[in-house]
Amino acid sequence: MDSQNAAAYPLVRRAGLSGMLVSFAGSLSEASNRAALAFRTAVEAMALEGVVETMASLASVFVRFEPSVLPHGRLEDALRGLLATQDWLQAPLPAGRRFWRVPTVYGTDLAPQLAEAADAAGMSEAQAIDSLSAARVRVLTIGFAPGQPYLGSLGPEWDLPRQTELTPKVPRGALVQAIRQFVLFSNPAPTGWRHVGQTGMMLFQADAGQPFALRAGDEMQFEPVSKPEFLKLCEADPLRGGAAAREIGA
Amino acid sequence: MNGLRILRIGPVASVQDMGRPGLLGQGISQGGAADTLALAEGAALLRQDPGLATLEMGGMGGEFEATGPLRIAFTGAPMAAALEGTALAWNASHQMEAGQRLTIGAARAGVYGYLHLGGGIATEPVLGARSVHLMAGLGRAAEAGDLLPAGPDNSDETGLVLAAEERFNGGELRIVESFQSPLFPEAVRTRFAATAFSRGSRANRMGVEMVSDGAGFAADGQLNILSEVILPGDVQMTGDGKPFVLLRECQTTGGYPRIGTVLPCDLPKVAQAQAGASLRFRWISLEEGLEIQAAFGKSLKGLPAACCPLVRDPAAVRDLLSYQLISGAVSADADPFAKGEST
Repeated sequence: MDSQNAAAYPLVRRAGLSGMLVSFAGSLSEASNRAALAFRTAVEAMALEGVVETMASLASVFVRFEPSVLPHGRLEDALRGLLATQDWLQAPLPAGRRFWRVPTVYGTDLAPQLAEAADAAGMSEAQAIDSLSAARVRVLTIGFAPGQPYLGSLGPEWDLPRQTELTPKVPRGALVQAIRQFVLFSNPAPTGWRHVGQTGMMLFQADAGQPFALRAGDEMQFEPVSKPEFLKLCEADPLRGGAAAREIGA
Repeated sequence: MNGLRILRIGPVASVQDMGRPGLLGQGISQGGAADTLALAEGAALLRQDPGLATLEMGGMGGEFEATGPLRIAFTGAPMAAALEGTALAWNASHQMEAGQRLTIGAARAGVYGYLHLGGGIATEPVLGARSVHLMAGLGRAAEAGDLLPAGPDNSDETGLVLAAEERFNGGELRIVESFQSPLFPEAVRTRFAATAFSRGSRANRMGVEMVSDGAGFAADGQLNILSEVILPGDVQMTGDGKPFVLLRECQTTGGYPRIGTVLPCDLPKVAQAQAGASLRFRWISLEEGLEIQAAFGKSLKGLPAACCPLVRDPAAVRDLLSYQLISGAVSADADPFAKGEST
Protein backbone atom coordinates (compact mmCIF):
# COMPACT_ATOMS: atom_id res chain seq x y z
CA MET A 1 0.00 0.00 0.00
CA ASP A 2 1.48 3.35 -1.05
CA SER A 3 0.24 5.07 2.07
CA GLN A 4 2.62 2.95 4.16
CA ASN A 5 5.45 5.13 2.84
CA ALA A 6 3.75 8.49 2.44
CA ALA A 7 5.41 11.27 4.38
CA ALA A 8 2.52 13.64 4.94
CA TYR A 9 -0.17 13.41 7.60
CA PRO A 10 -2.94 12.47 7.84
CA LEU A 11 -1.80 8.94 7.03
CA VAL A 12 -4.10 6.03 6.27
CA ARG A 13 -2.33 2.73 6.87
CA ARG A 14 -3.43 -0.81 7.37
CA ALA A 15 -3.19 -2.51 10.76
CA GLY A 16 -2.84 -6.28 10.57
CA LEU A 17 -5.24 -8.29 8.44
CA SER A 18 -8.47 -6.46 9.18
CA GLY A 19 -7.66 -3.06 10.63
CA MET A 20 -7.05 0.45 9.28
CA LEU A 21 -5.29 3.27 11.13
CA VAL A 22 -5.77 6.97 10.40
CA SER A 23 -2.99 9.03 12.03
CA PHE A 24 -2.99 12.81 12.38
CA ALA A 25 0.58 13.21 13.65
CA GLY A 26 3.65 11.19 14.59
CA SER A 27 3.81 12.86 17.97
CA LEU A 28 1.25 14.06 20.48
CA SER A 29 -0.21 17.54 20.23
CA GLU A 30 -3.40 19.11 21.48
CA ALA A 31 -4.71 19.51 17.92
CA SER A 32 -3.86 15.99 16.71
CA ASN A 33 -5.60 14.49 19.75
CA ARG A 34 -8.66 16.68 19.15
CA ALA A 35 -8.62 15.58 15.49
CA ALA A 36 -8.51 11.91 16.51
CA LEU A 37 -11.46 12.27 18.91
CA ALA A 38 -13.57 14.12 16.32
CA PHE A 39 -12.65 11.77 13.47
CA ARG A 40 -13.56 8.69 15.49
CA THR A 41 -16.99 10.19 16.22
CA ALA A 42 -17.42 10.87 12.50
CA VAL A 43 -16.39 7.34 11.50
CA GLU A 44 -18.93 5.93 13.96
CA ALA A 45 -21.58 8.25 12.51
CA MET A 46 -20.92 6.90 8.98
CA ALA A 47 -22.12 3.51 10.31
CA LEU A 48 -20.42 1.62 7.47
CA GLU A 49 -21.54 -1.96 7.17
CA GLY A 50 -18.57 -4.18 8.01
CA VAL A 51 -16.97 -1.86 10.58
CA VAL A 52 -16.66 -3.88 13.79
CA GLU A 53 -15.25 -1.32 16.21
CA THR A 54 -13.29 1.93 16.40
CA MET A 55 -10.91 3.41 18.89
CA ALA A 56 -9.17 6.77 19.22
CA SER A 57 -5.62 6.69 20.54
CA LEU A 58 -3.39 9.70 21.27
CA ALA A 59 -3.25 11.01 17.70
CA SER A 60 -4.97 8.41 15.53
CA VAL A 61 -8.12 6.40 14.94
CA PHE A 62 -8.19 2.64 14.56
CA VAL A 63 -10.97 0.94 12.62
CA ARG A 64 -11.44 -2.82 12.84
CA PHE A 65 -13.58 -4.28 10.08
CA GLU A 66 -14.68 -7.46 8.35
CA PRO A 67 -12.88 -7.52 4.96
CA SER A 68 -15.33 -10.02 3.46
CA VAL A 69 -18.10 -7.46 3.97
CA LEU A 70 -16.09 -4.25 3.57
CA PRO A 71 -12.99 -4.74 1.38
CA HIS A 72 -9.81 -2.82 2.24
CA GLY A 73 -10.04 -0.55 -0.82
CA ARG A 74 -13.59 0.48 -0.11
CA LEU A 75 -12.91 1.33 3.54
CA GLU A 76 -9.75 3.23 2.61
CA ASP A 77 -11.71 5.29 0.06
CA ALA A 78 -14.40 6.04 2.64
CA LEU A 79 -11.83 7.13 5.23
CA ARG A 80 -9.96 9.33 2.73
CA GLY A 81 -13.27 10.83 1.64
CA LEU A 82 -14.12 11.64 5.24
CA LEU A 83 -10.66 13.13 5.84
CA ALA A 84 -11.20 15.49 2.89
CA THR A 85 -14.46 16.90 4.24
CA GLN A 86 -12.81 19.25 6.74
CA ASP A 87 -9.60 20.29 8.49
CA TRP A 88 -9.75 17.83 11.38
CA LEU A 89 -7.02 19.66 13.30
CA GLN A 90 -9.54 22.50 13.70
CA ALA A 91 -12.36 20.22 14.84
CA PRO A 92 -14.10 21.07 18.12
CA LEU A 93 -13.93 18.76 21.13
CA PRO A 94 -16.75 16.23 21.56
CA ALA A 95 -19.99 17.31 23.26
CA GLY A 96 -21.02 16.09 26.71
CA ARG A 97 -17.58 16.42 28.26
CA ARG A 98 -17.17 16.65 32.01
CA PHE A 99 -14.70 18.33 34.36
CA TRP A 100 -13.51 16.17 37.24
CA ARG A 101 -11.95 17.57 40.43
CA VAL A 102 -10.14 14.77 42.19
CA PRO A 103 -8.79 15.04 45.77
CA THR A 104 -5.20 13.83 45.63
CA VAL A 105 -2.45 13.15 48.17
CA TYR A 106 0.88 14.17 46.68
CA GLY A 107 3.91 12.41 48.11
CA THR A 108 3.87 10.73 51.57
CA ASP A 109 4.07 6.96 51.79
CA LEU A 110 0.94 6.83 49.60
CA ALA A 111 2.76 8.27 46.55
CA PRO A 112 6.45 7.78 47.28
CA GLN A 113 7.99 9.09 44.06
CA LEU A 114 6.94 12.75 44.24
CA ALA A 115 10.35 13.84 45.55
CA GLU A 116 12.16 11.99 42.80
CA ALA A 117 9.91 13.46 40.09
CA ALA A 118 10.23 16.99 41.52
CA ASP A 119 13.99 16.59 41.50
CA ALA A 120 14.00 15.45 37.89
CA ALA A 121 11.82 18.46 36.96
CA GLY A 122 14.17 20.83 38.85
CA MET A 123 11.64 21.85 41.50
CA SER A 124 11.10 21.60 45.23
CA GLU A 125 8.36 19.23 46.35
CA ALA A 126 6.11 22.19 47.19
CA GLN A 127 6.66 23.70 43.73
CA ALA A 128 5.95 20.33 42.11
CA ILE A 129 2.65 20.01 44.00
CA ASP A 130 1.68 23.55 42.97
CA SER A 131 2.52 22.85 39.35
CA LEU A 132 0.87 19.42 39.07
CA SER A 133 -2.26 20.37 40.99
CA ALA A 134 -2.78 23.57 38.95
CA ALA A 135 -2.79 21.66 35.66
CA ARG A 136 -6.21 21.07 34.11
CA VAL A 137 -5.54 18.06 31.90
CA ARG A 138 -7.65 16.29 29.28
CA VAL A 139 -8.38 12.59 28.87
CA LEU A 140 -6.38 12.11 25.66
CA THR A 141 -7.25 8.46 25.27
CA ILE A 142 -8.37 5.47 27.30
CA GLY A 143 -6.21 2.43 27.08
CA PHE A 144 -3.91 -0.23 28.45
CA ALA A 145 -6.38 -1.22 31.19
CA PRO A 146 -10.18 -0.81 31.62
CA GLY A 147 -11.25 2.83 31.70
CA GLN A 148 -7.68 3.99 32.29
CA PRO A 149 -6.93 7.52 31.03
CA TYR A 150 -3.81 9.02 29.52
CA LEU A 151 -3.98 12.68 30.60
CA GLY A 152 -2.21 15.70 29.18
CA SER A 153 -0.52 17.76 28.37
CA LEU A 154 1.60 19.03 31.23
CA GLY A 155 4.20 21.77 30.73
CA PRO A 156 7.57 21.04 29.10
CA GLU A 157 9.22 20.89 32.55
CA TRP A 158 7.31 17.61 33.00
CA ASP A 159 8.74 15.97 29.89
CA LEU A 160 10.45 13.36 32.09
CA PRO A 161 11.53 10.04 30.57
CA ARG A 162 10.06 6.79 31.81
CA GLN A 163 12.14 5.07 34.52
CA THR A 164 14.59 2.46 33.32
CA GLU A 165 13.33 0.01 35.95
CA LEU A 166 9.68 -0.84 36.38
CA THR A 167 7.97 -0.12 39.70
CA PRO A 168 6.61 -3.61 40.45
CA LYS A 169 3.20 -2.42 41.59
CA VAL A 170 1.24 0.78 42.14
CA PRO A 171 -2.28 0.59 43.63
CA ARG A 172 -5.61 1.39 42.00
CA GLY A 173 -6.12 5.16 41.88
CA ALA A 174 -2.37 5.86 41.60
CA LEU A 175 -1.50 9.05 39.69
CA VAL A 176 1.74 8.47 37.79
CA GLN A 177 3.70 10.89 35.62
CA ALA A 178 6.06 10.82 32.60
CA ILE A 179 6.48 12.43 29.13
CA ARG A 180 4.22 15.45 29.87
CA GLN A 181 1.35 13.16 30.79
CA PHE A 182 -0.35 11.55 33.75
CA VAL A 183 -1.87 8.10 33.86
CA LEU A 184 -4.46 7.34 36.54
CA PHE A 185 -4.44 3.60 37.24
CA SER A 186 -7.68 1.63 37.17
CA ASN A 187 -6.12 -1.55 38.57
CA PRO A 188 -2.98 -2.35 40.56
CA ALA A 189 -0.22 -2.69 37.94
CA PRO A 190 3.51 -2.41 37.33
CA THR A 191 4.63 0.86 35.70
CA GLY A 192 7.65 2.66 34.33
CA TRP A 193 6.09 6.03 35.25
CA ARG A 194 6.63 7.78 38.61
CA HIS A 195 4.00 7.51 41.32
CA VAL A 196 3.49 11.16 42.35
CA GLY A 197 -0.06 11.18 43.73
CA GLN A 198 -2.73 8.90 45.12
CA THR A 199 -6.48 9.25 44.55
CA GLY A 200 -9.45 7.24 45.77
CA MET A 201 -11.06 7.18 42.36
CA MET A 202 -12.40 3.90 40.97
CA LEU A 203 -12.40 4.18 37.17
CA PHE A 204 -14.07 0.92 36.35
CA GLN A 205 -16.78 -1.23 37.93
CA ALA A 206 -17.75 -4.22 35.82
CA ASP A 207 -21.19 -4.64 37.42
CA ALA A 208 -22.29 -0.99 37.39
CA GLY A 209 -24.82 0.41 34.93
CA GLN A 210 -22.10 2.76 33.67
CA PRO A 211 -18.96 0.64 34.11
CA PHE A 212 -16.51 3.35 32.95
CA ALA A 213 -16.22 6.66 34.82
CA LEU A 214 -14.31 8.62 32.18
CA ARG A 215 -14.68 9.45 28.49
CA ALA A 216 -12.02 10.71 26.11
CA GLY A 217 -12.24 14.51 26.10
CA ASP A 218 -13.17 14.81 29.79
CA GLU A 219 -10.96 17.16 31.81
CA MET A 220 -9.43 16.55 35.21
CA GLN A 221 -7.66 18.45 37.95
CA PHE A 222 -5.91 16.76 40.84
CA GLU A 223 -6.39 18.96 43.90
CA PRO A 224 -4.05 18.51 46.85
CA VAL A 225 -5.41 17.27 50.19
CA SER A 226 -3.59 16.05 53.29
CA LYS A 227 -3.30 12.36 53.96
CA PRO A 228 -5.78 12.42 56.93
CA GLU A 229 -8.30 14.36 54.81
CA PHE A 230 -7.82 11.91 51.97
CA LEU A 231 -8.41 8.90 54.19
CA LYS A 232 -11.60 10.51 55.51
CA LEU A 233 -12.83 11.17 51.95
CA CYS A 234 -12.14 7.57 50.92
CA GLU A 235 -14.06 6.27 53.90
CA ALA A 236 -17.05 8.50 53.12
CA ASP A 237 -16.93 7.82 49.36
CA PRO A 238 -15.25 4.48 48.64
CA LEU A 239 -16.03 4.61 44.90
CA ARG A 240 -14.76 8.09 44.06
CA GLY A 241 -12.67 9.26 47.05
CA GLY A 242 -14.48 12.61 46.98
CA ALA A 243 -14.03 13.23 43.25
CA ALA A 244 -16.81 15.29 41.69
CA ALA A 245 -17.76 15.93 38.06
CA ARG A 246 -19.76 18.62 36.30
CA GLU A 247 -20.71 19.04 32.66
CA ILE A 248 -18.55 21.37 30.61
CA GLY A 249 -20.76 23.88 28.77
CA ALA A 250 -20.53 23.93 24.97
CA MET B 1 -27.92 -27.16 38.89
CA ASN B 2 -25.88 -29.72 36.98
CA GLY B 3 -22.24 -28.95 36.73
CA LEU B 4 -18.74 -29.90 37.70
CA ARG B 5 -17.34 -29.28 41.15
CA ILE B 6 -13.60 -28.55 41.02
CA LEU B 7 -11.78 -30.69 43.58
CA ARG B 8 -8.26 -29.91 42.43
CA ILE B 9 -7.02 -27.57 39.68
CA GLY B 10 -3.79 -26.30 38.12
CA PRO B 11 -2.69 -22.68 38.71
CA VAL B 12 -3.61 -21.26 35.29
CA ALA B 13 -7.09 -22.57 34.63
CA SER B 14 -9.95 -20.18 33.85
CA VAL B 15 -13.36 -20.02 32.22
CA GLN B 16 -13.03 -18.79 28.62
CA ASP B 17 -15.23 -18.09 25.63
CA MET B 18 -14.65 -16.01 22.49
CA GLY B 19 -14.07 -12.90 24.62
CA ARG B 20 -15.43 -9.34 24.50
CA PRO B 21 -15.01 -7.58 21.17
CA GLY B 22 -16.00 -3.92 21.01
CA LEU B 23 -14.38 -2.58 24.20
CA LEU B 24 -11.00 -1.54 22.75
CA GLY B 25 -11.94 2.11 23.17
CA GLN B 26 -12.51 1.47 26.89
CA GLY B 27 -9.11 -0.13 27.34
CA ILE B 28 -10.24 -3.78 27.31
CA SER B 29 -8.78 -6.15 24.73
CA GLN B 30 -11.00 -8.90 23.36
CA GLY B 31 -9.43 -11.68 25.41
CA GLY B 32 -11.06 -15.09 25.23
CA ALA B 33 -9.64 -18.58 24.73
CA ALA B 34 -5.95 -18.73 23.84
CA ASP B 35 -6.80 -21.45 21.30
CA THR B 36 -10.13 -20.52 19.71
CA LEU B 37 -9.89 -23.49 17.33
CA ALA B 38 -10.24 -25.71 20.42
CA LEU B 39 -13.49 -23.89 21.23
CA ALA B 40 -14.87 -24.63 17.78
CA GLU B 41 -13.78 -28.28 18.02
CA GLY B 42 -15.41 -28.71 21.44
CA ALA B 43 -18.62 -27.15 20.17
CA ALA B 44 -18.64 -29.51 17.17
CA LEU B 45 -18.17 -32.55 19.42
CA LEU B 46 -21.04 -31.49 21.70
CA ARG B 47 -23.26 -30.27 18.82
CA GLN B 48 -23.53 -26.79 20.28
CA ASP B 49 -22.61 -23.14 19.76
CA PRO B 50 -18.87 -22.29 19.68
CA GLY B 51 -19.66 -19.13 21.66
CA LEU B 52 -20.37 -21.14 24.82
CA ALA B 53 -17.86 -20.95 27.66
CA THR B 54 -15.40 -23.71 28.49
CA LEU B 55 -12.64 -24.36 31.04
CA GLU B 56 -9.15 -23.56 29.73
CA MET B 57 -6.40 -25.45 31.55
CA GLY B 58 -2.81 -24.24 31.12
CA GLY B 59 -0.24 -27.03 31.35
CA MET B 60 -2.23 -29.27 33.67
CA GLY B 61 -5.78 -30.26 34.43
CA GLY B 62 -7.36 -31.18 37.75
CA GLU B 63 -9.98 -33.30 39.40
CA PHE B 64 -13.72 -32.78 39.05
CA GLU B 65 -16.95 -34.28 40.33
CA ALA B 66 -20.24 -34.20 38.42
CA THR B 67 -23.16 -32.80 40.43
CA GLY B 68 -25.61 -34.33 37.93
CA PRO B 69 -25.63 -36.12 34.56
CA LEU B 70 -23.50 -34.18 32.13
CA ARG B 71 -21.96 -34.34 28.68
CA ILE B 72 -18.29 -33.37 28.45
CA ALA B 73 -15.68 -33.04 25.71
CA PHE B 74 -11.91 -32.46 25.63
CA THR B 75 -9.95 -30.49 23.04
CA GLY B 76 -6.71 -28.53 22.73
CA ALA B 77 -3.44 -29.72 24.27
CA PRO B 78 -3.85 -33.47 24.80
CA MET B 79 -3.92 -34.44 28.48
CA ALA B 80 -4.45 -37.81 30.16
CA ALA B 81 -8.12 -37.95 31.17
CA ALA B 82 -9.86 -40.65 33.17
CA LEU B 83 -13.39 -41.14 34.46
CA GLU B 84 -13.48 -43.16 37.68
CA GLY B 85 -10.04 -44.48 36.73
CA THR B 86 -10.92 -45.49 33.16
CA ALA B 87 -9.03 -43.66 30.43
CA LEU B 88 -11.06 -41.38 28.16
CA ALA B 89 -10.15 -40.39 24.62
CA TRP B 90 -9.07 -36.76 24.03
CA ASN B 91 -10.72 -34.78 21.20
CA ALA B 92 -13.88 -36.66 22.02
CA SER B 93 -17.18 -36.29 23.84
CA HIS B 94 -18.30 -38.44 26.77
CA GLN B 95 -21.10 -38.87 29.29
CA MET B 96 -20.69 -38.35 33.05
CA GLU B 97 -23.18 -39.32 35.73
CA ALA B 98 -23.83 -37.60 39.07
CA GLY B 99 -21.08 -38.25 41.58
CA GLN B 100 -18.57 -39.55 39.03
CA ARG B 101 -15.03 -38.24 39.26
CA LEU B 102 -12.99 -37.02 36.33
CA THR B 103 -9.23 -36.56 36.50
CA ILE B 104 -7.19 -34.67 33.93
CA GLY B 105 -3.39 -34.77 34.05
CA ALA B 106 -0.56 -32.71 32.57
CA ALA B 107 -0.35 -31.71 28.90
CA ARG B 108 1.48 -34.33 26.82
CA ALA B 109 2.00 -31.78 24.03
CA GLY B 110 1.01 -28.17 23.71
CA VAL B 111 -0.07 -25.89 26.55
CA TYR B 112 -3.83 -25.24 26.78
CA GLY B 113 -6.30 -28.10 27.17
CA TYR B 114 -10.06 -27.47 27.21
CA LEU B 115 -12.85 -29.12 29.16
CA HIS B 116 -16.26 -28.44 27.61
CA LEU B 117 -19.66 -29.05 29.18
CA GLY B 118 -22.87 -29.81 27.34
CA GLY B 119 -24.76 -26.50 27.48
CA GLY B 120 -21.53 -24.62 28.13
CA ILE B 121 -20.29 -23.26 31.44
CA ALA B 122 -23.00 -20.89 32.59
CA THR B 123 -21.16 -18.55 34.94
CA GLU B 124 -22.52 -14.99 35.20
CA PRO B 125 -21.51 -12.91 32.14
CA VAL B 126 -19.51 -9.73 32.83
CA LEU B 127 -19.63 -7.00 30.16
CA GLY B 128 -21.23 -9.40 27.72
CA ALA B 129 -18.92 -12.41 28.07
CA ARG B 130 -17.87 -15.12 30.51
CA SER B 131 -14.17 -14.99 29.68
CA VAL B 132 -11.93 -14.35 32.64
CA HIS B 133 -9.62 -11.45 31.67
CA LEU B 134 -6.90 -11.32 34.31
CA MET B 135 -5.10 -8.35 32.74
CA ALA B 136 -8.30 -6.29 32.93
CA GLY B 137 -9.24 -7.56 36.37
CA LEU B 138 -12.38 -9.31 35.11
CA GLY B 139 -12.95 -12.53 37.05
CA ARG B 140 -10.30 -14.79 38.53
CA ALA B 141 -8.55 -18.07 37.91
CA ALA B 142 -10.54 -21.23 38.71
CA GLU B 143 -10.01 -22.58 42.22
CA ALA B 144 -10.68 -25.80 44.08
CA GLY B 145 -14.22 -25.67 45.48
CA ASP B 146 -15.64 -23.71 42.51
CA LEU B 147 -18.72 -25.08 40.77
CA LEU B 148 -18.72 -24.91 36.97
CA PRO B 149 -22.49 -24.74 36.32
CA ALA B 150 -23.71 -26.24 33.04
CA GLY B 151 -26.17 -24.28 30.91
CA PRO B 152 -29.29 -25.85 29.41
CA ASP B 153 -28.15 -28.76 27.24
CA ASN B 154 -30.09 -29.31 24.03
CA SER B 155 -28.48 -32.55 22.94
CA ASP B 156 -27.74 -35.98 24.40
CA GLU B 157 -25.24 -37.11 21.83
CA THR B 158 -21.83 -38.31 23.09
CA GLY B 159 -19.15 -40.70 21.92
CA LEU B 160 -17.93 -38.53 19.05
CA VAL B 161 -14.32 -38.00 18.12
CA LEU B 162 -12.57 -35.46 15.93
CA ALA B 163 -9.17 -35.58 14.25
CA ALA B 164 -7.64 -32.38 15.66
CA GLU B 165 -5.51 -30.11 13.53
CA GLU B 166 -1.86 -30.43 14.64
CA ARG B 167 -0.79 -27.21 16.32
CA PHE B 168 1.10 -28.31 19.41
CA ASN B 169 4.71 -28.37 18.24
CA GLY B 170 5.43 -24.95 16.83
CA GLY B 171 6.01 -24.59 13.09
CA GLU B 172 5.49 -21.80 10.60
CA LEU B 173 3.66 -18.57 11.45
CA ARG B 174 2.33 -16.50 8.57
CA ILE B 175 2.71 -12.77 9.12
CA VAL B 176 1.48 -9.66 7.27
CA GLU B 177 2.95 -6.18 7.35
CA SER B 178 1.27 -3.63 9.59
CA PHE B 179 1.54 0.12 10.07
CA GLN B 180 4.83 0.00 11.99
CA SER B 181 6.57 -2.53 9.72
CA PRO B 182 8.31 0.24 7.72
CA LEU B 183 10.07 1.36 10.94
CA PHE B 184 12.13 -1.82 10.62
CA PRO B 185 14.77 -1.66 7.88
CA GLU B 186 14.14 -4.07 4.99
CA ALA B 187 17.23 -6.09 5.96
CA VAL B 188 15.91 -6.56 9.50
CA ARG B 189 12.54 -7.77 8.21
CA THR B 190 14.26 -10.22 5.85
CA ARG B 191 16.51 -11.51 8.61
CA PHE B 192 13.48 -11.86 10.88
CA ALA B 193 11.87 -14.33 8.45
CA ALA B 194 15.17 -16.18 7.94
CA THR B 195 15.69 -16.73 11.68
CA ALA B 196 14.94 -19.96 13.54
CA PHE B 197 13.14 -19.08 16.79
CA SER B 198 12.19 -21.15 19.74
CA ARG B 199 9.53 -20.32 22.27
CA GLY B 200 11.14 -18.65 25.26
CA SER B 201 10.37 -19.21 28.92
CA ARG B 202 8.15 -16.13 29.24
CA ALA B 203 4.66 -16.87 28.01
CA ASN B 204 1.13 -16.33 29.23
CA ARG B 205 -2.27 -15.46 27.85
CA MET B 206 -1.03 -11.96 26.93
CA GLY B 207 1.96 -12.94 24.85
CA VAL B 208 4.71 -15.40 24.06
CA GLU B 209 8.44 -14.72 23.93
CA MET B 210 10.48 -15.83 20.89
CA VAL B 211 14.20 -16.41 21.35
CA SER B 212 16.92 -16.80 18.74
CA ASP B 213 20.69 -16.69 18.37
CA GLY B 214 22.33 -13.54 17.06
CA ALA B 215 21.32 -9.90 17.04
CA GLY B 216 17.92 -8.57 18.08
CA PHE B 217 15.44 -6.90 15.73
CA ALA B 218 15.41 -3.18 16.41
CA ALA B 219 13.32 -0.49 14.75
CA ASP B 220 14.61 2.93 13.74
CA GLY B 221 13.83 5.44 16.50
CA GLN B 222 12.58 2.60 18.68
CA LEU B 223 12.29 4.66 21.86
CA ASN B 224 10.44 7.67 20.43
CA ILE B 225 7.36 5.97 19.09
CA LEU B 226 3.95 7.24 20.12
CA SER B 227 1.87 4.66 22.00
CA GLU B 228 -0.49 3.12 19.50
CA VAL B 229 -3.23 0.47 19.23
CA ILE B 230 -2.11 -3.14 19.69
CA LEU B 231 -3.72 -6.07 17.88
CA PRO B 232 -3.60 -9.74 18.82
CA GLY B 233 -0.95 -11.34 16.62
CA ASP B 234 1.28 -8.26 16.64
CA VAL B 235 4.95 -9.16 17.00
CA GLN B 236 6.28 -6.56 19.41
CA MET B 237 9.99 -5.87 19.90
CA THR B 238 11.03 -5.07 23.45
CA GLY B 239 13.81 -2.57 24.21
CA ASP B 240 16.50 -5.11 23.39
CA GLY B 241 14.83 -6.15 20.11
CA LYS B 242 13.43 -9.42 21.37
CA PRO B 243 10.13 -10.46 19.77
CA PHE B 244 6.94 -11.24 21.66
CA VAL B 245 3.91 -12.49 19.77
CA LEU B 246 0.93 -10.87 21.46
CA LEU B 247 -2.18 -12.94 22.09
CA ARG B 248 -5.81 -12.02 22.59
CA GLU B 249 -5.42 -10.87 26.20
CA CYS B 250 -2.71 -8.30 25.30
CA GLN B 251 -2.97 -4.67 26.41
CA THR B 252 -4.88 -2.33 24.06
CA THR B 253 -2.12 0.21 23.45
CA GLY B 254 1.64 0.22 23.74
CA GLY B 255 4.81 2.04 22.82
CA TYR B 256 7.05 -0.81 21.68
CA PRO B 257 7.17 -1.14 17.88
CA ARG B 258 5.58 -4.07 16.09
CA ILE B 259 7.22 -5.62 13.02
CA GLY B 260 4.03 -7.22 11.69
CA THR B 261 0.91 -9.19 12.60
CA VAL B 262 0.56 -12.99 12.68
CA LEU B 263 -2.64 -14.27 11.06
CA PRO B 264 -5.44 -14.95 13.57
CA CYS B 265 -5.67 -18.58 12.37
CA ASP B 266 -2.00 -19.16 13.29
CA LEU B 267 -2.33 -17.82 16.86
CA PRO B 268 -3.40 -21.18 18.35
CA LYS B 269 -0.01 -22.48 17.18
CA VAL B 270 1.70 -19.66 19.12
CA ALA B 271 -0.35 -20.17 22.28
CA GLN B 272 0.10 -23.94 22.16
CA ALA B 273 3.89 -23.95 21.59
CA GLN B 274 5.68 -25.38 24.62
CA ALA B 275 8.91 -23.76 25.82
CA GLY B 276 11.65 -24.76 23.37
CA ALA B 277 9.33 -25.47 20.42
CA SER B 278 10.72 -24.31 17.04
CA LEU B 279 8.92 -21.50 15.24
CA ARG B 280 9.52 -19.51 12.10
CA PHE B 281 7.83 -16.52 10.50
CA ARG B 282 6.92 -16.23 6.82
CA TRP B 283 5.91 -12.89 5.30
CA ILE B 284 2.82 -13.12 3.15
CA SER B 285 0.84 -10.49 1.26
CA LEU B 286 -2.42 -9.06 2.52
CA GLU B 287 -4.28 -10.90 -0.29
CA GLU B 288 -2.75 -14.26 0.66
CA GLY B 289 -3.51 -13.60 4.31
CA LEU B 290 -7.16 -12.83 3.61
CA GLU B 291 -7.49 -15.99 1.52
CA ILE B 292 -5.87 -18.18 4.17
CA GLN B 293 -7.99 -16.70 6.94
CA ALA B 294 -11.18 -17.11 4.89
CA ALA B 295 -10.31 -20.76 4.18
CA PHE B 296 -9.77 -21.28 7.90
CA GLY B 297 -13.21 -19.80 8.64
CA LYS B 298 -14.70 -22.22 6.14
CA SER B 299 -12.90 -25.19 7.71
CA LEU B 300 -14.39 -24.28 11.10
CA LYS B 301 -17.85 -24.58 9.60
CA GLY B 302 -16.95 -28.10 8.46
CA LEU B 303 -15.99 -29.31 11.96
CA PRO B 304 -19.43 -30.62 13.01
CA ALA B 305 -19.57 -32.85 9.92
CA ALA B 306 -16.01 -34.08 10.58
CA CYS B 307 -16.94 -35.61 13.94
CA CYS B 308 -17.34 -39.37 13.83
CA PRO B 309 -18.32 -42.07 16.30
CA LEU B 310 -15.62 -43.03 18.76
CA VAL B 311 -14.68 -46.60 17.91
CA ARG B 312 -12.23 -48.52 20.02
CA ASP B 313 -9.29 -50.23 18.43
CA PRO B 314 -9.53 -53.66 20.09
CA ALA B 315 -5.75 -54.05 19.85
CA ALA B 316 -5.28 -50.95 21.95
CA VAL B 317 -7.65 -52.02 24.70
CA ARG B 318 -5.74 -53.63 27.50
CA ASP B 319 -8.52 -55.72 28.98
CA LEU B 320 -11.09 -56.09 26.28
CA LEU B 321 -13.35 -58.43 28.22
CA SER B 322 -13.86 -55.98 31.04
CA TYR B 323 -15.59 -53.53 28.73
CA GLN B 324 -19.28 -53.67 28.31
CA LEU B 325 -19.33 -53.48 24.55
CA ILE B 326 -23.09 -53.56 24.23
CA SER B 327 -25.49 -52.19 26.76
CA GLY B 328 -28.00 -54.48 28.39
CA ALA B 329 -30.99 -53.50 26.32
CA VAL B 330 -30.53 -51.95 22.94
CA SER B 331 -32.71 -51.65 19.93
CA ALA B 332 -31.28 -53.13 16.78
CA ASP B 333 -30.62 -49.78 15.14
CA ALA B 334 -29.25 -47.89 18.13
CA ASP B 335 -25.68 -46.70 18.06
CA PRO B 336 -24.08 -48.50 21.01
CA PHE B 337 -21.77 -45.55 21.51
CA ALA B 338 -24.42 -42.86 21.43
CA LYS B 339 -25.04 -42.89 25.17
CA GLY B 340 -21.49 -42.88 26.30
CA GLU B 341 -20.91 -46.63 26.53
CA SER B 342 -17.57 -45.94 24.94
CA THR B 343 -16.42 -44.25 28.10
